[in-house]
Amino acid sequence: MSRARGWGELGPAWNAVLWVFTALVVLLLVGPSLTVIAMSFNSADLLQFPPPGYSLRWYAHFFSRTEWLTAAWNSFIVAVLTTLVATVLGTMAALGLVRGRFPGRHLATAVFLTPLVVPVIVTAVAVYGLYAKLRLVGTVWGLVMGHTVLALPFVIINVSAVLQGMDWRIEQAARSLGAGPLRAFTLVTLPLIRPGILAGALFAFVASFDDLVVALFVSGTRAVTLPVRMWSGIQFELNPTVAAVSTMLILVSVLAFGAVELLRRRR
Amino acid sequence: MLLFLYPLATLVLTSVYGDGGWTLQHYRRLFTVPAYLKVLRNTIQTAGLVTLICLALGYPLAYRLTTSSGVLRGVLVIAVLMPFWTSLLVRAYGWMVILHPNGLLNTVALWTGVVREPLELVHNTTGVLIGMSQIMLPYMVLPIAAVMQSVDPRLLQAASSLGAPPWRRFVSVYAPLTLPGVLAGCLLVFIISLGFFVIPALLGGTRDILLAQLIDFNMSKVLNWGFAAALSTVLLVTTLAIYAVAGRMLRIQTLWGSFR
Repeated sequence: MSRARGWGELGPAWNAVLWVFTALVVLLLVGPSLTVIAMSFNSADLLQFPPPGYSLRWYAHFFSRTEWLTAAWNSFIVAVLTTLVATVLGTMAALGLVRGRFPGRHLATAVFLTPLVVPVIVTAVAVYGLYAKLRLVGTVWGLVMGHTVLALPFVIINVSAVLQGMDWRIEQAARSLGAGPLRAFTLVTLPLIRPGILAGALFAFVASFDDLVVALFVSGTRAVTLPVRMWSGIQFELNPTVAAVSTMLILVSVLAFGAVELLRRRR
Repeated sequence: MLLFLYPLATLVLTSVYGDGGWTLQHYRRLFTVPAYLKVLRNTIQTAGLVTLICLALGYPLAYRLTTSSGVLRGVLVIAVLMPFWTSLLVRAYGWMVILHPNGLLNTVALWTGVVREPLELVHNTTGVLIGMSQIMLPYMVLPIAAVMQSVDPRLLQAASSLGAPPWRRFVSVYAPLTLPGVLAGCLLVFIISLGFFVIPALLGGTRDILLAQLIDFNMSKVLNWGFAAALSTVLLVTTLAIYAVAGRMLRIQTLWGSFR
């Protein structure tokens, strides 16, 4: 193997060692997900190795239980609403932060991105404290607001990235040709930054759909989301329904992020 | 943003205001009761160990990632990014399935005769370390790989032509050049590990709980909001302080998009 990068020739022995090591680490990274996928087709009642047979019964079980379906539906509704709210707010914030020339712009950017660095448990406790007073615990809108906090930074990062790479003279050209600010924005700017907005929206959707910690506090007993239902499933019933749900979740997120990558490639 | 900053401010206030007056009782309790001090120590220790494990696993992986090409590189990129695509809960569940006394690993180990008794791999610190390291690994690999990619190969050729043997090239040239990535990765892993909740709660034991679990316990079981708020504030301040100190090195935006 010729090497343009790195610190030079490793020698065949070390090269082999490094490959074996890499293979093991890769196994460590993907092993759990692959195991879950394999277990979801298990026909036994409990987790059992090796599986005595293969079946789709846990998928059937999922689709026949209202508590699972309700949880999935709640998660979906919350994620869709969060995506809408976070994408609109995040895009506006990104426009302001990238284009605006006001004092404290860098500080504002940092503040907008803090939810990324604040531990989720702290966000969850804080949000719960407020919602308990506002009686928002156990409501869909309570979850949407909580998740919007988590999702907003992802939208801002993705949209800002596109905005920074955009040529502002194009919009100026539209304005000088007589387009009003709104018209110039919707006809020129928006189509140009659309990849960033779409990527941000996907991240927002996943951030909401995957969130367990905030939902654990905010969902109460009435607005249980899928991760919360899985959480109790994992702790109290070790049957492979959770594996079936997990497999479907893996499929959904692989499709979602595949879409993000496609958007990036085209950009 | 009001939605975020206002609750945080309320949280900090709750931690120092109670029984009709300002008080530091919650903090005094946290820093004097041995059981709580043990939780703090456990949390820091676990985060530190996870960081070391991730570095040991991540540095060679990052190196392989930057030096390989074609299909192999594609496989490695997917392996590193796949954890970002799969929910935390799914992976925690996967580890439970693998590490459980009747799980995959023990079944294989017993069957092949490597061990006689099932290994205790879950509901203890081992389980937490395995689970958290796997989840944190990408946060270590991505910053390191990003820096490795920017290392100018001519510097190493120069060292080589000056007669430096491979280990010398690594120690004197390559390691210092990739150090910023290593530091960024370690800091990121350490900070995120401090506040981890899901993995310790599922894979950890009941004796060695971590800070985030103590917060949850005080919120949902004993309903001691003041104390939970104090614990959260400690976690919040520690995290933000590390970010503030390391901020120049760790630009959040670049971290999330540094490697493509």
